[in-house]
Amino acid sequence: MSNAPRLTALDALHRSLGATMTDFAGWDMPLRYGSERDEHNAVRTKAGLFDLSHMGEITLTGPEAVKALDYALVGNISTVGVGRARYTHICREDGGILDDLIVYRLGETEYMVVANASNAQVVLDALTERAAGFDTEVRDDRDAYALIAVQGPESPAILASLTDADLDGLKYYAGLPGTVAGVPALIARTGYTGEDGFELFVSPAHAVELWQALSKAGEGRGLVPCGLSCRDTLRLEAGMPLYGHELTTSLTPFDAGLGRVVKFEKEGDFVGRAALEAAAERSASNPPRKLVGLVAEGRRVPRAGFPVVAGGQVVGEVTSGAPSPTLGKPIAMAYVDAAHAEPGASGVGVDIRGTHEPYEVVALPFYKRQK
Amino acid sequence: MSNPQQLRYSKEHEWLSAAEDGVATVGITAFAANALGDVVYAQLPAVGDTVTAGETCGELESTKSVSDLYSPVTGEVVEANQDVVDDPSLVNSAPFEGGWLFKVRVSEEPEDLLSAAEYEQLTLSGN
Repeated sequence: MSNAPRLTALDALHRSLGATMTDFAGWDMPLRYGSERDEHNAVRTKAGLFDLSHMGEITLTGPEAVKALDYALVGNISTVGVGRARYTHICREDGGILDDLIVYRLGETEYMVVANASNAQVVLDALTERAAGFDTEVRDDRDAYALIAVQGPESPAILASLTDADLDGLKYYAGLPGTVAGVPALIARTGYTGEDGFELFVSPAHAVELWQALSKAGEGRGLVPCGLSCRDTLRLEAGMPLYGHELTTSLTPFDAGLGRVVKFEKEGDFVGRAALEAAAERSASNPPRKLVGLVAEGRRVPRAGFPVVAGGQVVGEVTSGAPSPTLGKPIAMAYVDAAHAEPGASGVGVDIRGTHEPYEVVALPFYKRQK
Repeated sequence: MSNPQQLRYSKEHEWLSAAEDGVATVGITAFAANALGDVVYAQLPAVGDTVTAGETCGELESTKSVSDLYSPVTGEVVEANQDVVDDPSLVNSAPFEGGWLFKVRVSEEPEDLLSAAEYEQLTLSGN
Protein backbone atom coordinates (compact mmCIF):
# COMPACT_ATOMS: atom_id res chain seq x y z
CA MET A 1 0.00 0.00 0.00
CA SER A 2 1.28 3.40 -0.92
CA ASN A 3 1.92 6.09 1.65
CA ALA A 4 1.55 8.79 -0.96
CA PRO A 5 -1.00 11.40 0.09
CA ARG A 6 -4.45 11.18 -1.46
CA LEU A 7 -5.39 13.90 -3.90
CA THR A 8 -8.82 15.44 -4.27
CA ALA A 9 -10.51 15.88 -7.63
CA LEU A 10 -9.53 19.56 -7.39
CA ASP A 11 -5.83 18.96 -6.85
CA ALA A 12 -4.59 20.30 -10.19
CA LEU A 13 -6.82 23.32 -9.85
CA HIS A 14 -5.40 24.14 -6.40
CA ARG A 15 -1.88 23.95 -7.78
CA SER A 16 -2.77 26.16 -10.71
CA LEU A 17 -4.07 28.70 -8.17
CA GLY A 18 -0.70 28.63 -6.41
CA ALA A 19 -1.95 26.97 -3.23
CA THR A 20 0.45 26.05 -0.48
CA MET A 21 -0.43 22.41 0.10
CA THR A 22 -0.23 20.49 3.36
CA ASP A 23 -0.67 16.91 4.46
CA PHE A 24 -3.89 16.53 6.41
CA ALA A 25 -5.10 13.14 7.58
CA GLY A 26 -3.36 11.48 4.64
CA TRP A 27 -4.68 13.96 2.09
CA ASP A 28 -2.75 16.65 0.26
CA MET A 29 -4.94 19.68 0.96
CA PRO A 30 -4.68 23.43 0.31
CA LEU A 31 -3.41 25.22 3.42
CA ARG A 32 -3.79 28.67 1.87
CA TYR A 33 -3.66 30.30 -1.55
CA GLY A 34 -2.30 33.67 -0.47
CA SER A 35 -2.63 35.30 2.93
CA GLU A 36 -4.67 33.22 5.37
CA ARG A 37 -5.73 36.45 7.10
CA ASP A 38 -7.20 37.79 3.87
CA GLU A 39 -8.99 34.48 3.27
CA HIS A 40 -10.41 34.58 6.80
CA ASN A 41 -11.65 38.14 6.38
CA ALA A 42 -13.18 37.32 3.00
CA VAL A 43 -15.35 34.63 4.61
CA ARG A 44 -16.42 37.01 7.38
CA THR A 45 -17.29 39.87 5.05
CA LYS A 46 -17.86 38.41 1.55
CA ALA A 47 -17.41 34.74 0.71
CA GLY A 48 -14.88 31.93 0.59
CA LEU A 49 -14.65 28.72 -1.42
CA PHE A 50 -13.30 25.56 0.24
CA ASP A 51 -12.37 22.09 -0.98
CA LEU A 52 -13.40 19.71 1.81
CA SER A 53 -13.28 16.54 -0.24
CA HIS A 54 -11.23 14.84 2.47
CA MET A 55 -14.27 14.54 4.72
CA GLY A 56 -15.66 11.01 5.02
CA GLU A 57 -19.17 10.19 3.78
CA ILE A 58 -20.94 7.01 4.84
CA THR A 59 -24.46 6.22 3.67
CA LEU A 60 -26.96 4.07 5.54
CA THR A 61 -30.04 2.88 3.68
CA GLY A 62 -32.85 0.49 4.44
CA PRO A 63 -35.84 0.08 6.72
CA GLU A 64 -33.77 -0.03 9.90
CA ALA A 65 -31.13 2.57 8.99
CA VAL A 66 -32.48 4.95 11.59
CA LYS A 67 -32.57 2.27 14.28
CA ALA A 68 -28.97 1.40 13.49
CA LEU A 69 -27.97 5.07 13.80
CA ASP A 70 -29.87 5.49 17.07
CA TYR A 71 -27.95 2.50 18.41
CA ALA A 72 -24.58 3.55 17.03
CA LEU A 73 -24.67 7.27 17.88
CA VAL A 74 -25.54 9.25 21.01
CA GLY A 75 -28.11 11.49 19.27
CA ASN A 76 -31.79 10.86 18.64
CA ILE A 77 -31.72 10.40 14.89
CA SER A 78 -35.36 9.27 14.69
CA THR A 79 -36.41 12.88 15.31
CA VAL A 80 -34.55 14.18 12.23
CA GLY A 81 -36.93 15.02 9.40
CA VAL A 82 -36.25 14.33 5.74
CA GLY A 83 -34.02 17.11 4.43
CA ARG A 84 -32.68 18.02 7.85
CA ALA A 85 -29.29 17.47 9.45
CA ARG A 86 -28.11 16.87 12.99
CA TYR A 87 -24.81 17.37 14.79
CA THR A 88 -23.95 14.38 16.96
CA HIS A 89 -21.18 12.24 18.41
CA ILE A 90 -20.20 8.61 18.06
CA CYS A 91 -18.81 7.28 21.34
CA ARG A 92 -17.00 4.20 22.51
CA GLU A 93 -18.54 1.76 25.00
CA ASP A 94 -16.65 3.68 27.73
CA GLY A 95 -18.18 6.99 26.63
CA GLY A 96 -15.04 8.41 24.98
CA ILE A 97 -15.74 10.42 21.85
CA LEU A 98 -14.72 8.60 18.65
CA ASP A 99 -15.75 11.46 16.41
CA ASP A 100 -18.17 14.30 15.96
CA LEU A 101 -20.46 13.92 12.97
CA ILE A 102 -23.17 15.49 10.93
CA VAL A 103 -26.00 13.16 9.93
CA TYR A 104 -28.15 14.21 6.96
CA ARG A 105 -31.49 12.54 6.37
CA LEU A 106 -31.65 12.39 2.59
CA GLY A 107 -34.85 10.35 2.29
CA GLU A 108 -37.34 8.29 4.25
CA THR A 109 -34.82 5.50 4.75
CA GLU A 110 -31.57 7.08 3.60
CA TYR A 111 -29.03 8.83 5.82
CA MET A 112 -25.58 10.21 5.11
CA VAL A 113 -23.06 10.45 7.93
CA VAL A 114 -20.16 12.88 7.46
CA ALA A 115 -17.10 12.09 9.54
CA ASN A 116 -13.85 13.96 10.02
CA ALA A 117 -11.16 12.93 7.54
CA SER A 118 -8.88 11.69 10.30
CA ASN A 119 -11.61 9.45 11.70
CA ALA A 120 -13.40 8.36 8.54
CA GLN A 121 -12.13 4.78 8.65
CA VAL A 122 -12.77 4.44 12.39
CA VAL A 123 -16.33 5.70 11.97
CA LEU A 124 -16.94 3.48 8.94
CA ASP A 125 -15.71 0.43 10.86
CA ALA A 126 -17.77 1.29 13.94
CA LEU A 127 -20.94 1.94 11.96
CA THR A 128 -20.49 -1.26 9.96
CA GLU A 129 -20.05 -3.29 13.14
CA ARG A 130 -22.83 -1.58 15.07
CA ALA A 131 -25.34 -1.84 12.19
CA ALA A 132 -24.78 -5.55 11.73
CA GLY A 133 -27.93 -6.60 13.60
CA PHE A 134 -30.20 -4.20 11.72
CA ASP A 135 -31.89 -4.31 8.35
CA THR A 136 -29.70 -1.67 6.78
CA GLU A 137 -26.83 -1.34 4.35
CA VAL A 138 -23.76 0.66 5.35
CA ARG A 139 -22.01 2.03 2.28
CA ASP A 140 -18.57 3.60 2.13
CA ASP A 141 -19.21 6.69 0.00
CA ARG A 142 -15.87 8.39 0.56
CA ASP A 143 -14.95 8.06 -3.11
CA ALA A 144 -18.44 8.95 -4.30
CA TYR A 145 -18.30 12.58 -3.24
CA ALA A 146 -16.25 15.67 -3.61
CA LEU A 147 -17.26 18.34 -1.13
CA ILE A 148 -17.13 22.05 -1.93
CA ALA A 149 -18.19 24.66 0.61
CA VAL A 150 -19.10 28.25 -0.11
CA GLN A 151 -19.24 30.23 3.11
CA GLY A 152 -19.87 33.84 4.03
CA PRO A 153 -22.57 36.49 3.82
CA GLU A 154 -22.45 36.61 0.00
CA SER A 155 -22.80 32.84 -0.35
CA PRO A 156 -26.62 32.75 -0.72
CA ALA A 157 -26.48 35.26 -3.57
CA ILE A 158 -23.62 33.43 -5.27
CA LEU A 159 -25.35 30.08 -5.04
CA ALA A 160 -28.76 31.48 -6.01
CA SER A 161 -27.29 32.58 -9.34
CA LEU A 162 -26.43 28.96 -10.14
CA THR A 163 -29.42 26.98 -8.90
CA ASP A 164 -33.19 26.83 -8.99
CA ALA A 165 -33.22 25.17 -5.59
CA ASP A 166 -35.28 26.98 -2.97
CA LEU A 167 -32.42 28.40 -0.91
CA ASP A 168 -34.74 30.67 1.08
CA GLY A 169 -36.62 27.57 2.17
CA LEU A 170 -33.41 25.77 3.07
CA LYS A 171 -32.86 26.33 6.76
CA TYR A 172 -29.60 26.11 8.71
CA TYR A 173 -28.75 22.43 9.23
CA ALA A 174 -30.82 21.26 6.31
CA GLY A 175 -29.85 19.62 3.05
CA LEU A 176 -31.65 18.46 -0.07
CA PRO A 177 -30.75 17.18 -3.53
CA GLY A 178 -30.73 19.77 -6.30
CA THR A 179 -28.74 21.02 -9.25
CA VAL A 180 -26.00 23.65 -9.08
CA ALA A 181 -24.53 24.97 -12.33
CA GLY A 182 -26.09 21.98 -14.07
CA VAL A 183 -24.38 19.55 -11.72
CA PRO A 184 -26.40 17.20 -9.48
CA ALA A 185 -25.56 18.09 -5.88
CA LEU A 186 -26.67 17.58 -2.35
CA ILE A 187 -27.08 21.18 -1.21
CA ALA A 188 -26.65 21.56 2.54
CA ARG A 189 -26.86 24.72 4.60
CA THR A 190 -24.09 23.72 6.95
CA GLY A 191 -20.54 24.80 7.53
CA TYR A 192 -17.79 25.27 10.02
CA THR A 193 -17.00 28.97 9.81
CA GLY A 194 -19.62 30.72 11.94
CA GLU A 195 -21.08 32.27 8.78
CA ASP A 196 -24.07 31.48 6.64
CA GLY A 197 -23.02 29.10 3.92
CA PHE A 198 -23.48 25.94 1.97
CA GLU A 199 -21.78 22.61 1.54
CA LEU A 200 -22.18 20.95 -1.85
CA PHE A 201 -21.67 17.21 -2.14
CA VAL A 202 -21.09 16.27 -5.78
CA SER A 203 -19.56 13.55 -7.87
CA PRO A 204 -15.77 14.00 -8.07
CA ALA A 205 -16.21 14.02 -11.84
CA HIS A 206 -18.14 17.30 -11.51
CA ALA A 207 -15.96 18.97 -8.89
CA VAL A 208 -13.81 21.10 -11.21
CA GLU A 209 -16.81 22.24 -13.23
CA LEU A 210 -18.68 23.26 -10.04
CA TRP A 211 -15.66 25.01 -8.51
CA GLN A 212 -15.16 27.02 -11.68
CA ALA A 213 -18.83 27.95 -11.90
CA LEU A 214 -18.83 29.10 -8.28
CA SER A 215 -15.62 31.07 -8.81
CA LYS A 216 -17.14 32.82 -11.77
CA ALA A 217 -20.42 33.50 -9.97
CA GLY A 218 -18.41 34.91 -7.07
CA GLU A 219 -16.46 37.35 -9.22
CA GLY A 220 -17.52 40.82 -8.17
CA ARG A 221 -18.87 39.48 -4.89
CA GLY A 222 -15.50 39.08 -3.22
CA LEU A 223 -15.37 35.27 -3.32
CA VAL A 224 -11.85 33.89 -2.84
CA PRO A 225 -10.53 30.33 -2.60
CA CYS A 226 -9.75 29.45 1.02
CA GLY A 227 -7.50 26.86 2.62
CA LEU A 228 -7.51 24.85 5.80
CA SER A 229 -5.53 27.48 7.70
CA CYS A 230 -8.32 30.05 7.70
CA ARG A 231 -10.89 27.32 8.20
CA ASP A 232 -9.21 26.69 11.54
CA THR A 233 -9.21 30.33 12.66
CA LEU A 234 -12.82 30.76 11.49
CA ARG A 235 -14.07 27.78 13.48
CA LEU A 236 -11.99 28.80 16.49
CA GLU A 237 -13.55 32.28 16.54
CA ALA A 238 -16.95 30.62 16.24
CA GLY A 239 -16.13 28.42 19.25
CA MET A 240 -16.60 25.21 17.31
CA PRO A 241 -14.78 22.12 18.60
CA LEU A 242 -12.21 20.33 16.47
CA TYR A 243 -11.67 16.62 16.81
CA GLY A 244 -8.22 15.88 18.20
CA HIS A 245 -8.20 19.21 20.03
CA GLU A 246 -11.39 19.89 21.99
CA LEU A 247 -12.75 16.37 21.42
CA THR A 248 -10.82 13.14 21.99
CA THR A 249 -11.41 9.54 23.00
CA SER A 250 -10.32 10.45 26.54
CA LEU A 251 -13.28 12.84 26.94
CA THR A 252 -16.99 12.08 27.05
CA PRO A 253 -19.44 14.61 25.57
CA PHE A 254 -20.12 15.74 29.16
CA ASP A 255 -16.44 16.46 29.74
CA ALA A 256 -16.44 18.50 26.54
CA GLY A 257 -19.41 20.60 27.65
CA LEU A 258 -21.54 18.98 24.94
CA GLY A 259 -23.66 16.70 27.14
CA ARG A 260 -26.71 18.05 25.35
CA VAL A 261 -25.91 15.93 22.28
CA VAL A 262 -26.47 12.75 24.36
CA LYS A 263 -30.15 11.77 24.24
CA PHE A 264 -30.85 9.30 27.04
CA GLU A 265 -34.59 9.65 26.41
CA LYS A 266 -34.44 7.91 23.03
CA GLU A 267 -35.80 4.40 22.69
CA GLY A 268 -33.56 1.41 23.06
CA ASP A 269 -29.96 0.96 24.04
CA PHE A 270 -27.07 2.74 22.38
CA VAL A 271 -23.34 2.24 22.47
CA GLY A 272 -21.93 4.00 25.51
CA ARG A 273 -25.23 4.53 27.33
CA ALA A 274 -24.17 3.12 30.72
CA ALA A 275 -20.83 4.92 30.74
CA LEU A 276 -22.43 8.16 29.61
CA GLU A 277 -25.10 7.97 32.33
CA ALA A 278 -22.30 7.67 34.86
CA ALA A 279 -20.45 10.55 33.17
CA ALA A 280 -23.59 12.71 33.33
CA GLU A 281 -23.95 12.04 37.07
CA ARG A 282 -20.27 12.66 37.65
CA SER A 283 -20.36 15.96 35.80
CA ALA A 284 -23.42 17.10 37.80
CA SER A 285 -21.89 16.34 41.19
CA ASN A 286 -18.27 17.15 40.42
CA PRO A 287 -18.02 19.51 37.44
CA PRO A 288 -15.17 18.65 35.11
CA ARG A 289 -12.85 21.23 33.63
CA LYS A 290 -14.83 23.64 31.55
CA LEU A 291 -14.16 24.62 27.95
CA VAL A 292 -13.66 28.38 27.92
CA GLY A 293 -12.36 31.09 25.67
CA LEU A 294 -9.16 32.96 26.39
CA VAL A 295 -8.29 36.33 24.87
CA ALA A 296 -4.70 37.49 25.05
CA GLU A 297 -3.82 40.82 26.52
CA GLY A 298 -0.46 40.65 24.74
CA ARG A 299 0.49 39.36 21.31
CA ARG A 300 1.99 35.97 21.93
CA VAL A 301 -0.05 33.10 20.60
CA PRO A 302 -1.11 30.16 22.77
CA ARG A 303 -0.89 26.74 21.14
CA ALA A 304 -2.55 23.41 21.81
CA GLY A 305 -1.03 21.74 24.86
CA PHE A 306 0.23 24.92 26.55
CA PRO A 307 -0.62 25.05 30.29
CA VAL A 308 -3.21 27.50 31.58
CA VAL A 309 -1.88 28.92 34.85
CA ALA A 310 -3.18 30.96 37.79
CA GLY A 311 -1.38 31.79 41.01
CA GLY A 312 1.61 29.76 39.93
CA GLN A 313 -0.51 26.61 39.50
CA VAL A 314 -1.51 24.79 36.33
CA VAL A 315 -5.31 25.09 36.16
CA GLY A 316 -5.97 23.93 32.63
CA GLU A 317 -4.69 23.30 29.14
CA VAL A 318 -5.03 25.07 25.81
CA THR A 319 -6.71 22.91 23.15
CA SER A 320 -6.58 25.34 20.20
CA GLY A 321 -5.01 28.75 19.81
CA ALA A 322 -4.40 31.22 17.02
CA PRO A 323 -4.23 34.90 16.28
CA SER A 324 -7.81 36.02 15.67
CA PRO A 325 -8.09 38.16 12.55
CA THR A 326 -11.50 39.43 13.67
CA LEU A 327 -10.51 40.37 17.22
CA GLY A 328 -6.97 41.38 16.29
CA LYS A 329 -5.62 39.45 19.27
CA PRO A 330 -4.53 35.90 19.97
CA ILE A 331 -7.37 33.68 21.21
CA ALA A 332 -7.60 30.15 22.51
CA MET A 333 -9.98 27.49 23.64
CA ALA A 334 -8.92 25.73 26.81
CA TYR A 335 -10.19 23.30 29.41
CA VAL A 336 -9.94 25.11 32.74
CA ASP A 337 -10.74 24.11 36.36
CA ALA A 338 -14.19 25.34 37.37
CA ALA A 339 -12.69 27.74 39.94
CA HIS A 340 -11.03 29.73 37.15
CA ALA A 341 -13.57 29.21 34.37
CA GLU A 342 -15.93 32.13 35.00
CA PRO A 343 -15.73 34.91 32.43
CA GLY A 344 -13.54 37.64 33.85
CA ALA A 345 -11.72 35.30 36.26
CA SER A 346 -8.66 37.18 37.46
CA GLY A 347 -5.04 36.16 37.34
CA VAL A 348 -5.41 33.61 34.55
CA GLY A 349 -2.63 33.27 32.03
CA VAL A 350 -1.01 30.90 29.59
CA ASP A 351 2.51 29.62 30.04
CA ILE A 352 4.09 30.45 26.69
CA ARG A 353 7.51 28.87 26.59
CA GLY A 354 8.18 29.69 30.24
CA THR A 355 6.56 33.12 30.44
CA HIS A 356 3.19 33.70 32.12
CA GLU A 357 1.23 35.74 29.58
CA PRO A 358 -2.01 37.26 30.92
CA TYR A 359 -5.28 36.15 29.33
CA GLU A 360 -8.89 37.14 29.85
CA VAL A 361 -11.39 34.30 30.39
CA VAL A 362 -14.45 34.79 28.17
CA ALA A 363 -17.55 32.82 27.27
CA LEU A 364 -17.54 31.07 23.89
CA PRO A 365 -17.92 31.86 21.06
CA PHE A 366 -15.53 34.72 20.40
CA TYR A 367 -17.49 35.71 17.34
CA LYS A 368 -21.17 35.47 16.49
CA ARG A 369 -22.48 36.68 13.17
CA GLN A 370 -25.23 39.30 13.03
CA LYS A 371 -28.39 37.75 11.63
CA MET B 1 10.00 36.66 -5.45
CA SER B 2 13.60 36.88 -6.52
CA ASN B 3 16.38 37.13 -4.01
CA PRO B 4 18.36 40.38 -4.26
CA GLN B 5 21.81 39.73 -5.77
CA GLN B 6 23.69 42.04 -3.39
CA LEU B 7 22.62 40.14 -0.27
CA ARG B 8 24.04 36.98 1.19
CA TYR B 9 21.97 34.20 2.69
CA SER B 10 22.08 31.60 5.45
CA LYS B 11 20.76 28.06 5.22
CA GLU B 12 18.25 29.08 7.90
CA HIS B 13 16.74 31.55 5.39
CA GLU B 14 18.05 34.81 6.80
CA TRP B 15 19.55 37.45 4.55
CA LEU B 16 22.46 39.68 5.43
CA SER B 17 23.36 42.96 3.76
CA ALA B 18 26.88 44.04 3.07
CA ALA B 19 28.24 45.82 6.13
CA GLU B 20 28.47 49.59 6.01
CA ASP B 21 30.84 50.99 8.65
CA GLY B 22 30.81 47.48 10.09
CA VAL B 23 27.00 47.35 10.50
CA ALA B 24 24.90 44.87 8.50
CA THR B 25 21.14 44.45 8.25
CA VAL B 26 19.41 41.10 8.85
CA GLY B 27 16.03 39.87 7.69
CA ILE B 28 14.34 36.68 6.59
CA THR B 29 13.85 35.80 2.95
CA ALA B 30 10.61 35.91 0.98
CA PHE B 31 10.82 32.13 0.77
CA ALA B 32 10.88 31.87 4.57
CA ALA B 33 8.16 34.49 5.02
CA ASN B 34 5.94 32.63 2.61
CA ALA B 35 6.58 29.33 4.37
CA LEU B 36 5.66 30.86 7.71
CA GLY B 37 2.40 32.37 6.52
CA ASP B 38 1.11 35.60 8.04
CA VAL B 39 3.58 36.70 10.71
CA VAL B 40 1.68 38.02 13.74
CA TYR B 41 4.35 38.49 16.37
CA ALA B 42 8.05 39.21 16.21
CA GLN B 43 10.36 38.98 19.17
CA LEU B 44 13.60 40.60 18.05
CA PRO B 45 16.93 40.81 19.84
CA ALA B 46 17.38 43.97 21.91
CA VAL B 47 19.89 46.70 21.22
CA GLY B 48 23.12 45.76 22.99
CA ASP B 49 22.50 42.00 22.79
CA THR B 50 25.28 39.88 21.45
CA VAL B 51 24.07 37.52 18.75
CA THR B 52 25.99 34.49 17.55
CA ALA B 53 26.01 33.10 14.03
CA GLY B 54 23.73 30.08 13.76
CA GLU B 55 22.17 30.59 17.19
CA THR B 56 18.64 31.71 18.06
CA CYS B 57 18.14 35.36 18.84
CA GLY B 58 14.36 35.77 18.72
CA GLU B 59 11.18 34.27 17.40
CA LEU B 60 8.65 34.81 14.67
CA GLU B 61 5.10 33.71 15.30
CA SER B 62 2.66 33.05 12.49
CA THR B 63 -0.91 31.84 12.42
CA LYS B 64 0.16 28.24 12.46
CA SER B 65 3.46 28.09 14.25
CA VAL B 66 6.29 29.77 16.03
CA SER B 67 9.76 29.70 14.52
CA ASP B 68 13.09 30.53 16.02
CA LEU B 69 14.95 33.42 14.49
CA TYR B 70 18.63 32.69 13.92
CA SER B 71 21.40 35.20 13.47
CA PRO B 72 23.45 34.74 10.31
CA VAL B 73 26.45 36.52 11.90
CA THR B 74 28.10 37.18 15.24
CA GLY B 75 28.09 40.69 16.64
CA GLU B 76 26.30 43.30 18.71
CA VAL B 77 22.77 44.40 17.92
CA VAL B 78 22.65 48.14 17.29
CA GLU B 79 19.03 48.47 16.14
CA ALA B 80 15.83 46.38 16.09
CA ASN B 81 13.12 47.24 13.60
CA GLN B 82 10.35 48.74 15.73
CA ASP B 83 8.11 48.96 12.65
CA VAL B 84 8.11 45.16 12.45
CA VAL B 85 7.39 44.83 16.18
CA ASP B 86 4.41 47.14 15.68
CA ASP B 87 3.29 45.58 12.40
CA PRO B 88 4.72 42.08 11.93
CA SER B 89 2.97 41.71 8.56
CA LEU B 90 5.82 43.80 7.09
CA VAL B 91 7.85 40.58 7.18
CA ASN B 92 5.41 39.12 4.64
CA SER B 93 4.78 42.20 2.55
CA ALA B 94 8.36 43.51 2.29
CA PRO B 95 10.80 40.89 3.57
CA PHE B 96 13.84 42.45 1.85
CA GLU B 97 12.89 46.06 2.57
CA GLY B 98 10.68 47.50 5.31
CA GLY B 99 10.43 44.05 6.90
CA TRP B 100 14.12 43.88 7.90
CA LEU B 101 14.58 42.65 11.47
CA PHE B 102 17.72 43.99 13.11
CA LYS B 103 21.10 45.63 12.48
CA VAL B 104 24.24 44.16 13.87
CA ARG B 105 27.81 45.40 14.30
CA VAL B 106 29.56 42.41 12.77
CA SER B 107 32.44 40.91 14.72
CA GLU B 108 32.60 37.57 12.94
CA GLU B 109 31.04 36.11 9.83
CA PRO B 110 30.63 32.42 9.14
CA GLU B 111 32.24 31.17 5.95
CA ASP B 112 29.23 29.32 4.65
CA LEU B 113 26.94 32.22 3.77
CA LEU B 114 25.40 31.75 0.35
CA SER B 115 25.14 33.92 -2.71
CA ALA B 116 21.71 34.64 -4.15
CA ALA B 117 22.26 31.95 -6.81
CA GLU B 118 23.38 29.39 -4.23
CA TYR B 119 20.42 30.22 -2.00
CA GLU B 120 18.04 29.75 -4.92
CA GLN B 121 19.54 26.30 -5.51
CA LEU B 122 18.90 25.49 -1.85
CA THR B 123 15.26 26.56 -1.94
CA LEU B 124 14.60 24.92 -5.30
CA SER B 125 15.86 21.64 -3.94
CA GLY B 126 13.06 21.75 -1.40
CA ASN B 127 14.90 22.75 1.75
